[in-house]
Amino acid sequence: MIEVCVLGVGALGPGLADWAGGQALLRDPAAWQRQPTVVPPPGRLPPTERRRAGTVVKASIVVADEAVAAAGLDAAQLATVFTSSTGDPVNCHILCEALAAPERLVSPTRFTNSVHNAAAGTWHIATRSRQPSTSLAAFDASFGAGLLEAAVQCVAAHAPVLLVACDMPYPEPLHALRPVADIFALALVLAPPAAAARRLTLEVSGTAETTGCSDGRLEELRRTIPAARALPLLQALAGAAAGRVVLEGLPGLSLRLQVGASA
Amino acid sequence: MKPLAVSSHTLVSALGHGRAATLQALRSARSGLARRDFETAALGTWIGEVAGVDDTVLAPEWAAYDCRNNRLAELGLRADGFADRVRHAAARYGAARVGVFLGTSTSGILQTEIAYRHRDPVTGALPASLRYAETHNTYSVAGYVRAALGLRGPAHVVSTACSSSAKVYAAAARMIEIGLVDAAVVGGVDSLCMTTLYGFRSLELVSPDICRPWDARRAGLSIGEGAAFALVERDPEQVDAWLLGAGESSDAHHMSSPHPEGAGAVAAMRGALASASLQVGDIDYLNLHGTGTPGNDAAEDRAVAAVFGSALPCSSTKGHTGHTLGAAGGVEASICMLALQHGFMPGGLNVGQPDPALRSNYLCQLREQALRFVASNSFGFGGSNACLVFGAAR
Repeated sequence: MIEVCVLGVGALGPGLADWAGGQALLRDPAAWQRQPTVVPPPGRLPPTERRRAGTVVKASIVVADEAVAAAGLDAAQLATVFTSSTGDPVNCHILCEALAAPERLVSPTRFTNSVHNAAAGTWHIATRSRQPSTSLAAFDASFGAGLLEAAVQCVAAHAPVLLVACDMPYPEPLHALRPVADIFALALVLAPPAAAARRLTLEVSGTAETTGCSDGRLEELRRTIPAARALPLLQALAGAAAGRVVLEGLPGLSLRLQVGASA
Repeated sequence: MKPLAVSSHTLVSALGHGRAATLQALRSARSGLARRDFETAALGTWIGEVAGVDDTVLAPEWAAYDCRNNRLAELGLRADGFADRVRHAAARYGAARVGVFLGTSTSGILQTEIAYRHRDPVTGALPASLRYAETHNTYSVAGYVRAALGLRGPAHVVSTACSSSAKVYAAAARMIEIGLVDAAVVGGVDSLCMTTLYGFRSLELVSPDICRPWDARRAGLSIGEGAAFALVERDPEQVDAWLLGAGESSDAHHMSSPHPEGAGAVAAMRGALASASLQVGDIDYLNLHGTGTPGNDAAEDRAVAAVFGSALPCSSTKGHTGHTLGAAGGVEASICMLALQHGFMPGGLNVGQPDPALRSNYLCQLREQALRFVASNSFGFGGSNACLVFGAAR
């Protein structure tokens, strides 16, 4: 069992502008209205970078900043774990189109941004953080894999870790093969357990029944965006009570989470 | 960190399949690079293509995973009986106690690149035969290896460009130290594709000539492909080498150029030494990232000088294998372990005029010498840096 605490949360998704306003909606989804995700311009990035950055990068930076501000920590001192099922799907589509054209003219900027760690690289440049950073993927289990890696790093280094998860749809024609419903991003600042902070314990186990969202519309989001697999955990964090959540993992593997009562 | 046993390792690259072929090529200073076309890419550059990938057939139950990247992974699993070693470990510890942490940069994207040439002229749809999840998706190579080896522990793919498959060693070490798993398959697989062949060309980072790390005339990298695997475990029955330390850092400088003074690289190397509880003078040999681009080699040279001074013997093996990108960290970790096991330091190839501006003690010829501790550098786009320290079996 791994034990950490949650110092800050950031969130962005359909009808969820941020964690500050989203908590009440996640506690009482009756008031939540599904609307296409709107990614605000990340104030962290200089204007030229803001224009150049893809949506995954922007959404990742927006939620990361919200979580870091809530945690009251210096971004430059934080190790990071970024997780995404796909990286930047729009950039990938444009590169594949260019490579299928007779001239095969590839934009150097597009190629540079095609790396899975584009969001992580941009964040570390923008925050001037030389701390370690990893970017990982585990298909639909990407959020769970990222959460586990971030918690492990936190315990191994006895230091806070910023976890950022983001997924968004591919354009057609890839969308038909890999449908992702909308943009969803969240960030958690994890730290070694502290008396005043919300406790989170993780345990890896064999197949267990995945916790869904009791609200059918949120459950639809959870099932159709990999990063939204985090919704049951976010709902538990939005409430004050202690709770248990089973995150869907890889085949034959689940992640059992226990969220402590609000400190 | 607590030393972690590497009980088995293998690699497949342009040098050949498995350890013996690699060792023979390193000992005879043979490069696997050749000026050749790949698929429909006729760019006139030198490429490190692995022989036999096209003829590799996956087991029928895993046919959905069929793509160049997973065929290359399969070649790696077959080499040196690696898959059998993992199955033995899974039987000892339980399949749920063996993790899979692999690095790749482009995964099986070649499948999608080809599919984009065959879109439906009316609807634009991709051929229904494209298996996105099992081939193109970043995770697919770990999914394939986990399925093919019957493992059920935690798994993920690290995709931090050219540092990916070095960083998985650090991830596995943490997971084992904390007790989440007892063993893990680590390494990396990256295969030739249009994205990297044309992409690196667009950045003017590909050498028109064979790559020449540390040469005054170096003009860029030569792209290669490779698969490298290692089995790391808590309670080994045999030991090939020890992972003693890992250092990771970010440049916080630029997406595609290293920090000019190698500041992030310095932090990674110092982090690796500290994690191994070793001093600068303990390291016998350093396998450089050494891509052969003018900027990368210059920045790495400054970083190496800042950490180690100018006496430490070092070399890049990318003149042998080409730059295997997301597999480079794993390939070069395996080369470092071969060096420890067989007592030699590889000599860098293709250096006709050593760059007088570079201060490192760069080896242009293989040196036979028993080694105790070696280090390996891996750096990637996004300013992602990793350095691993290995020790000889004792």
